[in-house]
Amino acid sequence: MAEKTINITLKVWREGGKYGSGKFETYPLKDIGTDMSFLEMFDVLNEELVSKKEMPVAFEHDCREGICGTCSMVIDGQPHGPMKGTTTCQLHMRSFKDGATITVEPFRAKAFPVIRDLVVDRSSFDAIIQAGGYISVNTGQAQDANSIPIEKETSEKAFDAATCIGCGACVAACPNSAAMLFTSAKVSHLGTMPQGKVEADKRVQAMVNQMDKEGFGMCSNVKACEAECPKEISVENIAIMNRAYMSSVLGSDKEA
Amino acid sequence: MNWFIRFLTSSIGRKLVMSLTGLFLIVFLVVHLGGNLQLLNNDEGRSFNLYAKMMTTNPIIKFTSYGLYFFILLHAIQGLLIWNKNRAATGLKYAAKKRSPGVSWASSNMALLGTIILVFLGIHMGDFWFAMKFQAWPDADAGRELVKYTLDDGTISEAKNLYGKVNWSFSQAWIVVVYIISMIGLAFHLWHGFASAFQSLGLNHKKYTPFIEWVGKVYSIIIPLLFALIPIMYFLGKRFPDWLEFHFI
Amino acid sequence: MSDKLKSNVPEGELADKWVNYRGTMPLVAPNNKRRIEIIVVGTGLAGAAAAATLGELGYNVKCFTFHDSPRRAHSVAAQGGINAAKNYQNDGDSVYRLFYDTIKGGDYRARESNVHRLAEVSRDIIDQCVAQGVPFAREYGGLLANRSFGGVQVQRTFYARGQTGQQLLIGAYSALSRQINRGSVKMYNRHEMLDLVLVDGKARGIITRNLLNGKIESHAAHSVVLATGGYGNVFYLSTNAMNSNVSAAWRAHKKGAYFANPCYTQIHPTCIPVSGEYQSKLTLMSESLRNDGRVWVPKKKEDCKKDPTTIPEEDRDYYLERIYPAFGNLVPRDVASRAAKYVTDEGRGVGATGLAVYLDFASAIERYGKSEAIAKGMINPSAAKIKEMGEAAVKERYGNLFHMYEKITDENPYKTPMKIFPAVHYTMGGIWVDYNLQTTIPGCFALGEANFSDHGANRLGASALMQGLADGYFVIPYTIGTFLSKEIRTPKIASDLPEFKKAEEAVTSRINQLLNVGGNQSVESFHRRLGRIMWDYCGMSRNAEGLAKARTMIQELRKEFYSDVFVPGTNEEYNPELEKALRVADFLELGELMVCDALDRNESCGGHFREEYQEEGGEAKRNDNDYMYVAAWEYLNGPDWELHKENLKYENIEVKTRSYK
Repeated sequence: MAEKTINITLKVWREGGKYGSGKFETYPLKDIGTDMSFLEMFDVLNEELVSKKEMPVAFEHDCREGICGTCSMVIDGQPHGPMKGTTTCQLHMRSFKDGATITVEPFRAKAFPVIRDLVVDRSSFDAIIQAGGYISVNTGQAQDANSIPIEKETSEKAFDAATCIGCGACVAACPNSAAMLFTSAKVSHLGTMPQGKVEADKRVQAMVNQMDKEGFGMCSNVKACEAECPKEISVENIAIMNRAYMSSVLGSDKEA
Repeated sequence: MNWFIRFLTSSIGRKLVMSLTGLFLIVFLVVHLGGNLQLLNNDEGRSFNLYAKMMTTNPIIKFTSYGLYFFILLHAIQGLLIWNKNRAATGLKYAAKKRSPGVSWASSNMALLGTIILVFLGIHMGDFWFAMKFQAWPDADAGRELVKYTLDDGTISEAKNLYGKVNWSFSQAWIVVVYIISMIGLAFHLWHGFASAFQSLGLNHKKYTPFIEWVGKVYSIIIPLLFALIPIMYFLGKRFPDWLEFHFI
Repeated sequence: MSDKLKSNVPEGELADKWVNYRGTMPLVAPNNKRRIEIIVVGTGLAGAAAAATLGELGYNVKCFTFHDSPRRAHSVAAQGGINAAKNYQNDGDSVYRLFYDTIKGGDYRARESNVHRLAEVSRDIIDQCVAQGVPFAREYGGLLANRSFGGVQVQRTFYARGQTGQQLLIGAYSALSRQINRGSVKMYNRHEMLDLVLVDGKARGIITRNLLNGKIESHAAHSVVLATGGYGNVFYLSTNAMNSNVSAAWRAHKKGAYFANPCYTQIHPTCIPVSGEYQSKLTLMSESLRNDGRVWVPKKKEDCKKDPTTIPEEDRDYYLERIYPAFGNLVPRDVASRAAKYVTDEGRGVGATGLAVYLDFASAIERYGKSEAIAKGMINPSAAKIKEMGEAAVKERYGNLFHMYEKITDENPYKTPMKIFPAVHYTMGGIWVDYNLQTTIPGCFALGEANFSDHGANRLGASALMQGLADGYFVIPYTIGTFLSKEIRTPKIASDLPEFKKAEEAVTSRINQLLNVGGNQSVESFHRRLGRIMWDYCGMSRNAEGLAKARTMIQELRKEFYSDVFVPGTNEEYNPELEKALRVADFLELGELMVCDALDRNESCGGHFREEYQEEGGEAKRNDNDYMYVAAWEYLNGPDWELHKENLKYENIEVKTRSYK
């Protein structure tokens, strides 16, 4: 199996250090194997930069199996690149043509400030979860697991929402930088299951309030989030959250 | 009422306002179109002028119209506020832009489309609503005259000849072009707005949503198309055939 | 046995030990908990569970991770499932059976009492996770589903599609988030622990580097809990995440915590093979594929580069079926991995690098296709029709895995056999801990993969998640009291004690040393070379000569590292190269210890296979008379190490030999 290679030109956003408030830097790369992952291509570039005693391009990554949610990058205008349902780490160079110029930018949103080059700060997501993205049960308090039967389909639906990896592609893709898909995935995951219904009213208000506080934009149902989500989480969750929020504020005595 | 203000100013509360006012305006458009289509009756404006008189004199309708003005303003102002807030929430623009698969152009340009409609409303209201309500009738130089109709019960009803005013306006090519462009803008606005209003209300259902989306698309094409048909037919000097004579209300 | 190696296993019958111990151990009263501070390093299953639970109990917890969020810890990547002795399937499972399977799977090199406790609390874990909202797979009746996993005869594995680790971690992360919100846990993201600080011989704090700005900080507490994962990345290529590292554990080791059984490494047989020099990590394909896939290589070397579908049946060597007729393709992980190594060593490996074997589904497709045809009452179905129906049946079982394989390799595994190869997956060794999970440093505890305690020489599938959560939710919250109950009169530890200042200075000088080498080789290139040495000499099979050679090679590589590494940038900025350099520096020492341990253990057991110690035909030969002990290594300067032995006693289980032929 002789490996195919391509030549590409990378246009990468560099920010911080000697690049100050940021600019694009162009790097031609030769003989890139098409079996390489997109991040391995960046490894090659960085080895080259280090060998020239330059600062490598900072980008975040960890598991490289598409599950930790650490990798980000907007590739040619799409968070996680052109392949549907795929994180950047699982994108391979065979998705690009020989001679292509590939533009790579950080996730852009006020609530995701750039730390360096392609690295952004997504701690606003943690803040949303901390506000209420949990079921308040202390260790050791639980009853037998099988004492709460949950309909298979309900459980599967909760699961579909729970697959969120917290990468932030939804915010990066949204023209309004809204975090509705992320927040609603958690609201819907927990609110769908009987265990999570107990404090659902309080949860949704607390999480939405926090989301607003973090400076995310407002949803206008563009659905770019759903299209770019590497886990293909549905915007139905956003409707579920809207419903839950309204009925909680208007229909319950809870105030968060 | 602190909690209520907080609700209305929350991201979801604001969207709820957009959604409800939007749905109200969607219903209003049908009513408005129904009245307007009478302009195409081949009766020299009789049905339309009598309808217009009723609309400006009936106290219930008068009352409702204030609600309408309020909702239009609320929808427009809230929309611009949201646009402004969203602009503040987004970071630098991406250098490489690509619309995500399955995303409609309209959905990410609602503020622009809304603004086109708002500008159009200014022209439109100035042209007809303002003329009808606040300008002097008759004024032959501006195409404003009074007409008398004998009603079915034999009484005489004097009405402002708004039909004549319309006829005069729609003979101007530029006005027709403005109307057509605006109706295209309205079509795009509705293309996204109709179904979006339901999603904002939390109505997303495996069984019903495809139907709502279908209705939305049909609505967003048919309604603006029929609105646009009026200036086009006037400009071409055409009317409905007699058998199609149409009375609203 | 050394005095420091007191296992502190409670007296009494095995089944009663934990219950009785829990009922009689010293406690810390709520008013005192409020005054006590605990540092938890790591936010994987063990760390997040521990931090959350300790926070719930009322302690003041400070929790650290080098990730940007606690949710990213590598527990997230576990696929298969989590074991628990619930016996929901009514197939004869019990706490004892889980205990027995785990000890036996570990090749009789784990501590009985710890493993039994693990089996006991396994049931509570499932209850806890379900209450947190973990969406485990369910039956139509709404109750929990189970599947079976390698090395056991019951169905006790709970699972959440192929994302069990992710869902469990999100559960623990949400429990942790709740405590952060309550203020009982203070979370420090993007902080990497670079040293452990001892005051009067007790662990009292850590030194961290803020990864955003390089600030070196001291954090003090009454006790330090390490839940920092395994060290598989010493091999450079592994299924671990890119940033998984040994540094926190290694720093504790250098401050006096013994490191136990470092040579026990689990090599998983079914991973997607390396495709080029640039390869950064390896991806696991679930073990379940071996239920239907047949493993083979060509009989003749010259066939290795040919299209596999053109190689006739008689020229294929289904070597697992040939050597192990009784178990065939379903031999345990260590056996399957070694066999793959043997055939590729003979030059019969396939793929571009020659380091792969085929996992072929053609016969499964045909078998399923034929049985479908019979089920549908088809008479003389065409070969194409059989294939079509067979492929559909295989897709139903393994569709997501096949899809992932195709995404990575761009090959269609329905049409051409998959290529697989063994890869480093898990490290059974780790910091030595007693029954309380306390290391040889008083006040320093180690949980999860970071400790050595439960898996012996080989871990069974779906047991890592179980151990991480058991340690974090149900063991440490109790056992930490044995230390802290004696500390209630200790005032808040100040972080400006001279011990902290000294440690900060040592860390700073280590960083400066690396930045000032100013050599010509990248950190990555050293890591890659270290990985190669480890894989070649301390990987799937080892021998005394190779290990001795490896030790010298590692020492030389380390010398070269400190004289020719190039680390760009400064400390005072976001500098991933510097982070890597600090981690690789520690791997370069750990590697040597692993080699020492492997050299010392003159037997083959579980994940440790010494070529000199094998039965006729290549089977592992254990030496229970001389090596039934935990090798706990004490760090001496040099680096050098002194061996301490904790002898293992099996009073509740009969020690046997494993055979799969």
